[in-house]
Amino acid sequence: MPDTPDVILECRNLWKVFGNLPGGFADQVTTRAADDIVTDLQATGAVPAIRDVSLDVRRGEILMIMGLSGSGKSTLLRCLSRLVEPSAGAVCFEGQDILTLKDRQLTDLRRNAFGMVFQSFGLLDHLNARDNVAFPLRVQNVPKAERHRRADELLDLVGLGDRKSNFPHELSGGQQQRVSIARSLISDPDLWFLDEPFSALDPLIRRQMQDEFLRLQTTLGKTIVFVTHDFLEAARLGDRIAIMRDGQLVQLGTPRAIILSPADDYVRDFVADVPASRILHVADLVTEGAADGAPQVHLKDPLELAIDHFLSGHEALQVLDDNDLPAGQIRRDDLHVLTGQSAHG
Amino acid sequence: MAEAAHTPNRRALIGFATAAALAVACLMLRSDLPWLKAYPAQWTLAFSAWINLAIGALLEIASPLFRALSTFLDWPMRMIRDGLQAIPWLVLTAGFVAVALRAGGLPLALFSAVACVYIQVSGYWAESLNSLALVAVAFPLSVLAGLLIGIAMNKSRRLAAFLTPMLDFMQTAPAFAYLVPLIVLFGFGPVVGLIASAIYAIPPMARNTRLGLDMVSPELHEVAAMTGCSPVKRFWLVEMPTALPQLLVGLNQTIMAVLSMVVFAAIIGGFEDIGWEVLRSMRRAQFGESLMAGIIITLIAIMLDRITRGFALKARTHSKPAMPLGRYAGFAAAAMALAALASLILPEGAGSGFGMSERINAAVADLSVAVGTTTDALKNNAIYFFLLPIRIGLEQTISPFTWGFAFSPALKTGYWIALALLASAVALRKGPLAATITLLAGLFLYTGTSGMPWPATIALASAIGYWAGGARIAALWAGTLAMILLTGLWTPAMFSVYICLSAILICVALGGAIGVLAAQSDAVSALIRPILDLLQTIPPFVLLIPVVMFFQVGDFSAFLAIISYAIAPMIRYTEGGLRAVPPTKIEAGLTAGCTPMQLLFLVKLPTAQRQIALGINQSIMYGLAMLAVAALVGSRGLGQEVYVALGKADAGLGIMAGCAIAAIAICVDRTFVSALERG
Repeated sequence: MPDTPDVILECRNLWKVFGNLPGGFADQVTTRAADDIVTDLQATGAVPAIRDVSLDVRRGEILMIMGLSGSGKSTLLRCLSRLVEPSAGAVCFEGQDILTLKDRQLTDLRRNAFGMVFQSFGLLDHLNARDNVAFPLRVQNVPKAERHRRADELLDLVGLGDRKSNFPHELSGGQQQRVSIARSLISDPDLWFLDEPFSALDPLIRRQMQDEFLRLQTTLGKTIVFVTHDFLEAARLGDRIAIMRDGQLVQLGTPRAIILSPADDYVRDFVADVPASRILHVADLVTEGAADGAPQVHLKDPLELAIDHFLSGHEALQVLDDNDLPAGQIRRDDLHVLTGQSAHG
Repeated sequence: MAEAAHTPNRRALIGFATAAALAVACLMLRSDLPWLKAYPAQWTLAFSAWINLAIGALLEIASPLFRALSTFLDWPMRMIRDGLQAIPWLVLTAGFVAVALRAGGLPLALFSAVACVYIQVSGYWAESLNSLALVAVAFPLSVLAGLLIGIAMNKSRRLAAFLTPMLDFMQTAPAFAYLVPLIVLFGFGPVVGLIASAIYAIPPMARNTRLGLDMVSPELHEVAAMTGCSPVKRFWLVEMPTALPQLLVGLNQTIMAVLSMVVFAAIIGGFEDIGWEVLRSMRRAQFGESLMAGIIITLIAIMLDRITRGFALKARTHSKPAMPLGRYAGFAAAAMALAALASLILPEGAGSGFGMSERINAAVADLSVAVGTTTDALKNNAIYFFLLPIRIGLEQTISPFTWGFAFSPALKTGYWIALALLASAVALRKGPLAATITLLAGLFLYTGTSGMPWPATIALASAIGYWAGGARIAALWAGTLAMILLTGLWTPAMFSVYICLSAILICVALGGAIGVLAAQSDAVSALIRPILDLLQTIPPFVLLIPVVMFFQVGDFSAFLAIISYAIAPMIRYTEGGLRAVPPTKIEAGLTAGCTPMQLLFLVKLPTAQRQIALGINQSIMYGLAMLAVAALVGSRGLGQEVYVALGKADAGLGIMAGCAIAAIAICVDRTFVSALERG
């Protein structure tokens, strides 16, 4: 892996203020401390929804933006795609600041490089599944036969090959969201935005959709920015998680880093709600050395599996990589890093 | 506790107490100061003359333009009329049935077939087609204008804020008020009816267009942005298709408004249409003919309503028709061709009605002899014991001729003492506000709407406004009533208030009771629903026929006509509100041990009170709208003023009287809305 990660999208010192924006705000942002600006804004009744957020999205990763409602996560996502116009800062896609783009250029960028899935699906009621999926191509005046061919492919991909001519009201919530996912993929976007795509679904369907999402991602390998309020979902799906509170970025890191060292009590509360042993993998706690003769586990196995072995009396386990070659060991004592987390599953 | 001083009840007390004090003072002084009783004519401003001058000046300049417009609209109307008349009735019937089958299935198709045959047989086919031709020209004009206005309102908040009160005004101004200035501008003739109908029907289309577009979710706007829609593409590919079901609801309401106005515009004559037939025969007391023609209007209204509503429903549920449109059109064309062949064989000529109308006339005559004494007794009792006290108060109502005894000074003193005692008792039990309201009611019962001195009336209306919505609504009432006073329309306006108030009281009591019954019993609900549908579908004009048939021309007929039109929303809203009470609340009531009556009065009615208040508001709106129509059967008041203005083509008077009705309607509506917003 190269030292400098390959960044596809980055935002620098991003602000979004709802309400009256003071004059010369863009200058203030570069010269004054963020907390002072916020104090001033709140005095005038303006609401700073995004406060000085900087982050980057690396090519091929799933970046989760996580936070409670009102934390600014959805606003941040919309600033990144410029559905919401940021008040100050920069958003660079492939090195180009999209905040300086003209309407026409922005439209082209959205047509070709961005795809987005919405929380309540955003399907058009008057179009059937196929026409909904083909809608972005319809907007680009792609001939009917061609757009139907592409739409059919994607519907097959999301497992709705047999519901192509059904209207949204004839589909279940999960099926509607699949249509929405297929639509967001039809112009083969480089960057895929998902805004709480599974929040409106009931828990069983949500779990099933998460699994399918992961399956889809292994074949597609998209760069993804995924908003959720569910830490378990963030930890299951994400390569990295950005935790938001009151418009600020509280912590940005891998699920492992966040679970093992939460930045503050706010993050610790989220972490406490999830069974870490199911989210962490053996790889997250592997250490140098070898435990010859001990039971074997793989790097990719959930920590749960290792814990089962520990509970049956083993002190250390032999860890193997994908090719069944020794990759180190995992020791019972190392579980203590899961402070506050149950080591008993 | 300092904040308690600003509660609505406190405000109300101040307002009502002022009004009561003013009323008492005016009543004491009225024999010394006659101007308190009747607003002097020399204090009025000649608004109507000014308006006439302005319109005259406008005509000087723009007359050719209006004539040209008139010719321009006359041409397509004649084309369509002549075109329709040239088609054999069987062919048109086949066409209507085909459309009805597509929209509403077999029942509607059968209904349409029967309706068409009835119209042909009764001999009013040509007149009905003339009315339809007017609808066919006015409808697209309304739709186009409504669409453009609705879209503009959706795109610009500022424009919406500007246009909303204008639409309110257009919808509340009585139909008459449109006709008068139009006659002055365009001269007598069918084009006036056409334009009036087109204008009258714009608001429902504009409102539904805006509503439909406003309901396009923010998420869909984001979808449009993310898929790279240009504003034009967003509008045509996302917003309009999503709003389509609502637009179709708008089409339904618009075509009904056009029809109702087309029928009504017949009063200016000259179309040879079906509305004119009703009016002419009603004036000649030929109830057989007017009933036959009235039934035709009703049938046409039901057909147009159910067909457009059927299409709207289909769009809403996205149900797919079994047969593609193209092939269906082919079948329909084939059926029409067959009908054309059949009409070659069948004998020509209009139906004669088989003497139905003569038989009805005879039956009505027999019936009026049979029940005449009963209806007269009913009418007299209602007038003496309900209508007159509201109009002129007990003070003038009670006489040996009406109540069988004179209102002697001793009795008057007794009345005041009883009122004072009642108010004191209420004050002790319910507090000062209730006592003040009791006192005002007693004063009102004594003087009636016309006997109450005008300063007291204005103060009372403003106090109600103040209570409901604060200074803004109070000022609205005061301004409106002062304007009416200045235009010299106070007396007719108070007459209108009296006739509407009496009708609305009955609507609220009777309609509320029926609504409660319908909410409790599915059988009652199923029984009244088609009746309500009918009452709300048929143009209000037709409701006059049965009323006049039994009660002749006069106040009482106007009163009944207003009730028959305005009671439907009261029943609907009451039933709807009661049925929408959440089951958990009912369960909570039952668990607390409520008897069915307690459940109704302690749980259901309080929960539904907002809906019921909306129903009362709607009833008042309907009542005021019916006012001008009721003028046709001899009610006096503002409606009559507009009617007189129409006869004299006095645009100024017509506009002023029409504006007065619309302004009162808007005041009432704002009062209810702000009271409901306050909660």
